[in-house]
Amino acid sequence: MQSSLLFQLIINGLIVGTLYGVIAMCFVLIYKSTQVVNFAQGEFLLIGAWTCWWLVVQAQWPFWIAFPATFLFMLIFGILLQMIVLRPLIGEPIISVIMVTVGLSIFFQSMMKWIFGPWPQPFPDIFPMKSVNIGGLQVQTPYLMSMAVSLVIMVSFAWFFRYSRMGLAMRATAFDQQVAQSLGISVKRVFATAWAISAMVSALAGVVVGMVNGVSSALSFFGLKVFPAVIVGGLDSIVGAIVGGLIVGLIENLAEYFDGQWLHLGNLYTVAPFYVLVIILMIKPYGLFGTRKIERV
Amino acid sequence: MGEPASQNATAESILSVNNIEVVYDDVILVLRGVSLEVPAGKVVTLLGPNGAGKSTTLKAISGLLATENGAVTRGSITFLGENIANRPPEDIVRRGIFQVMEGRRIIEDMTITENLRLGAFTRKDGERAIRRDIDMVFSYFPRLQERTGLSGYLSGGEQQMLAIGRAIMARPKMILLDEPSMGLSPLLVKEVFTIIEQLCQDLAITILLVEQNARMALKVASYGYVMESGKIVLDGTRDDLVNNEDVKEFYLGGDKERKSFKNLKSYKRRKRWL
Ligand SMILES: Nc1ncnc2c1ncn2[C@@H]1O[C@H](COP(=O)(O)OP(=O)(O)O)[C@@H](O)[C@H]1O
Ligand SMILES: [Mg+2]
Repeated sequence: MQSSLLFQLIINGLIVGTLYGVIAMCFVLIYKSTQVVNFAQGEFLLIGAWTCWWLVVQAQWPFWIAFPATFLFMLIFGILLQMIVLRPLIGEPIISVIMVTVGLSIFFQSMMKWIFGPWPQPFPDIFPMKSVNIGGLQVQTPYLMSMAVSLVIMVSFAWFFRYSRMGLAMRATAFDQQVAQSLGISVKRVFATAWAISAMVSALAGVVVGMVNGVSSALSFFGLKVFPAVIVGGLDSIVGAIVGGLIVGLIENLAEYFDGQWLHLGNLYTVAPFYVLVIILMIKPYGLFGTRKIERV
Repeated sequence: MGEPASQNATAESILSVNNIEVVYDDVILVLRGVSLEVPAGKVVTLLGPNGAGKSTTLKAISGLLATENGAVTRGSITFLGENIANRPPEDIVRRGIFQVMEGRRIIEDMTITENLRLGAFTRKDGERAIRRDIDMVFSYFPRLQERTGLSGYLSGGEQQMLAIGRAIMARPKMILLDEPSMGLSPLLVKEVFTIIEQLCQDLAITILLVEQNARMALKVASYGYVMESGKIVLDGTRDDLVNNEDVKEFYLGGDKERKSFKNLKSYKRRKRWL
């Protein structure tokens, strides 16, 4: 009985961890290509989830239209945010840019509260079954969907950065902006693309979590988990972000198990990832996958 | 001042730089009235000591000046009949000018093929043509084809070949080459320069070559300019320059002992070229 609970928690950890991984990837994407530490990453989840919720509940759109429409909205939102707020800040000291993203985070939080109210709103049931039984385990349908979509996103990211023209351009820009420009790459366009993709994919995670837990400002706390995830993985590694996300998801759920069995502290799972973050930073300051510069022999 | 650069102007120029002034950070005046002409299909070289403003001249042409907070504040740069001074670099690459920057600057965490593909970033003629050109680059630089892995692990010479290969991938009308011989062994320098000559002949690419290695540069160039402290102090055909006493003494190295840079300075105080 107890070991099946442990098993269930590990599966939960992997599922939530994949979501963390996807959000962390979005964070790394912005950091790597534009050198901006985006403290408003969690709010992208929030805005995406509220947008989709509004389209489904208030505008009465069917989910399969509302979902892609949310993506499109977030794409435009990401581009505009970069063009209007971040672009004028290019060349400003890093601390000013960080303060601006912190400001954006607070601004979007309050704006969402103002528009949609402070109370969590449940998503209507999209899928006919609330959860599916796989090998004796109960897995919530939205989480199953999130697994599938997350895997698709990860494979698309890998393909995009390896083979597509824009993906190569983004990597070149991350490596050396001046060289990228000498190759005819418009750095402005690369920056806007990074924000657009990041906002869009984060929104997906927001919708999925919103479907399980309801839409509320707790979503941006969910987004806050990117910090332990990216620090574990290394700020500039996409693969590291995914691994970091999985680790954080697992740690949370294992912490819950140990807490429930022996410690009875009540909320160990929320803080455990941050303890791990501190410990990893003390041992490996660049994270597990952080960049080491190539030294020629 | 204002008159165009002498004999060379009579040939049909693809690029002409007319009396430009370049300022960094709004205050640092680096080029003070530089003019030069590059005829289509030729190799022209720009020589001069460290800090003369050679790289700045190339960046003014390619538009990369903007990335270092510099600007052309006077004069014009005409490429194929249009003024391109202070245009953004991506626009200039699309017009057909590609700069190979000093120090090679390949993307070290990418493979050789990825670097080459990036060179073709602005091209619109499709995957087939790009594959064909990658093969063509490998035929010029067979040793690049043999190497696998990240290009950061290539030797200096191989990186220079990759940087030139990446430029070819853009299929430019003109390449601005900044000190390709820097840090290479004499044997590799020869190899790189042979390729530069071939490029010009096979693909009809016009080349503006900046070099400190004047001996090699004057082997491939048909015309040359000498720059000092932000000004062109001398120009002429290859033969003019090779036979010029001053060039012989300061840039080609005398027959007996090499003059040091210090001597050069004091000599310059006695006799200026202008
Ligand atoms: N980005 C820059 N900002 C300010 N000054 C610069 C910059 N780049 C070059 N300079 C100055 O311009 C002068 C010419 O430099 P450069 O064009 O690199 O010379 P060269 O390529 O002939 O060695 C030097 O005095 C250098 O200090
Ligand atoms: Mg230079």
